[in-house]
Amino acid sequence: MDELLKLLQTNALESAENLGRMLGLPAAEVSARIADYEKKGVIRGYQAILNEDQLGLDKVTAVIEVKVTPQREGGFDTIAQRISRFPEVSSAYLMSGTYDLLLFVEGRTLREVASFVSERLSPLEGVLSTSTHFMLKTYKRLGVLMQKEPADERLSVSP
Amino acid sequence: MNASASLRNRLNTTVRDIPRSGIRDFFDIVSTMKDVISLGIGEPDFDTPWHVRESTVFALERGATHYTSNYGYLELRRALSRYVQKVFGAEYNPEDEILITVGVSEALDLALRALLNPGDEVLYHEPCYVSYRATILFAQGVPVPIETRPENGFRLTRQMLEAKATPRTKVLMLNFPNNPTGAIMSRADLEDIAAFARDRDLLVVTDEIYGELTYDRPHTSIVSLPGLRDRTIFLHGFSKAWAMTGFRLGYACGPADLIEAMMKIHQYTMLCASSLSQKAAVEALARPESDVAEMVNEYRRRRNFLVGAFRDLGIECHQPLGAFYAFPSVSRFGVSSRDFALKLLREERVAVVPGTAFGECGEGFVRCAYATNLENIKEAVKRIQRFIAKPLKD
Repeated sequence: MDELLKLLQTNALESAENLGRMLGLPAAEVSARIADYEKKGVIRGYQAILNEDQLGLDKVTAVIEVKVTPQREGGFDTIAQRISRFPEVSSAYLMSGTYDLLLFVEGRTLREVASFVSERLSPLEGVLSTSTHFMLKTYKRLGVLMQKEPADERLSVSP
Repeated sequence: MNASASLRNRLNTTVRDIPRSGIRDFFDIVSTMKDVISLGIGEPDFDTPWHVRESTVFALERGATHYTSNYGYLELRRALSRYVQKVFGAEYNPEDEILITVGVSEALDLALRALLNPGDEVLYHEPCYVSYRATILFAQGVPVPIETRPENGFRLTRQMLEAKATPRTKVLMLNFPNNPTGAIMSRADLEDIAAFARDRDLLVVTDEIYGELTYDRPHTSIVSLPGLRDRTIFLHGFSKAWAMTGFRLGYACGPADLIEAMMKIHQYTMLCASSLSQKAAVEALARPESDVAEMVNEYRRRRNFLVGAFRDLGIECHQPLGAFYAFPSVSRFGVSSRDFALKLLREERVAVVPGTAFGECGEGFVRCAYATNLENIKEAVKRIQRFIAKPLKD
């Protein structure tokens, strides 16, 4: 993968000037390449990684395994895209193994998520069964540990 | 005569007369200050890879808490034999040509003590790691430093060696990639040095602790060149490439006679390296490529950033090709390296190491380690920019 994309994945707020210095490129070229990635849709957006547990939000997240019937035309894509359009679904993946789709669904309460599953998801044509797991605590998200690491324990000057 | 002076006079004179490491003095000053951004740390900021730490805990649970063979676990020596062959291009028999030590520092001490008779001369290049001169003196050798210069990329040439070689020269010490300059030697550079060692029938001790950390072209080890393996002690360890400094684990590879001599000293002074550290090293070698590759990429980006920033500030800095140090020149500011570093520390709370800690010819330079995260490097650059905007001479 392009080094530039790796750096943006670590810190999307890094200035084009600093990125250019690290990569040995002029800042203008870095900006142009980022714009190009955005235009092509390789870069889909920029988000902050939050430790939501710390915010004490009224929010629950469920992971839902879904078995579906693939359609004659469109296979899994048609049903997967239909499900993905619900704003409650934050992520959706096609999986190998004993079920087909893995969904991350967010709601304010357990009841809200439950009613999404029973009233919106399950009745969809092609959905055969669902299995819902509620998340209790987040230890790591998107490569970032949620627990703050202790400060640098190295000596401040060493040979 | 007071009591303290009397005790000092009874010390071994070599030990008494060797000054403490310049780095140690600097550390004492830095450690009294707060909010210091340190570019003075000669160890990786990365954590030891988690699989290595996790397997160390497992080894502890399983009871790997006993003495090992003086040479070290055979399992580890076998893994090292394969690794050194693959990465550095020389074959060593795990049975009697590899010795596991407490860091490269111990290995270096063992090598010199095993090789030197009083008065034997050792050629080594400066600026260099802080311990070389002292270790040679402790082994009763005569240190013969050779000055390397930025114009030449801090590389060593045959000509420079010829100028300092005498009939008493016995050992040539090498350290590339170099601490503190970041210099590396190309294959062609090394071929000249190898020819010199062969022609003069010298023994070579090569400290390649930064061997995995090169950024623009791959490292060549002198042991891979014709005729060198059988006159060379190759030193390496886990501190830098696997961020395992506190594990204190190094190793020496060489002809069996030399390794056995080193083993005898090790046997009577150290017995063996830590069993847990050895188990950790076995795990580290189980999948070296993935751990090291990502660290190398990150160091390269930081190097580009730091050296680029120095140049933008008008501070001359030779391009370091390996290790994780930049060695910019501060001579144009009209103060000594030590004063520059002290003033920078007091006024802007940025710690760098004066070049003189690495030999007299380090005057005019400071060592800046980029083994610290990018945010720190950025802040340090900002502070240095502010610092040099004012006149430095009182």
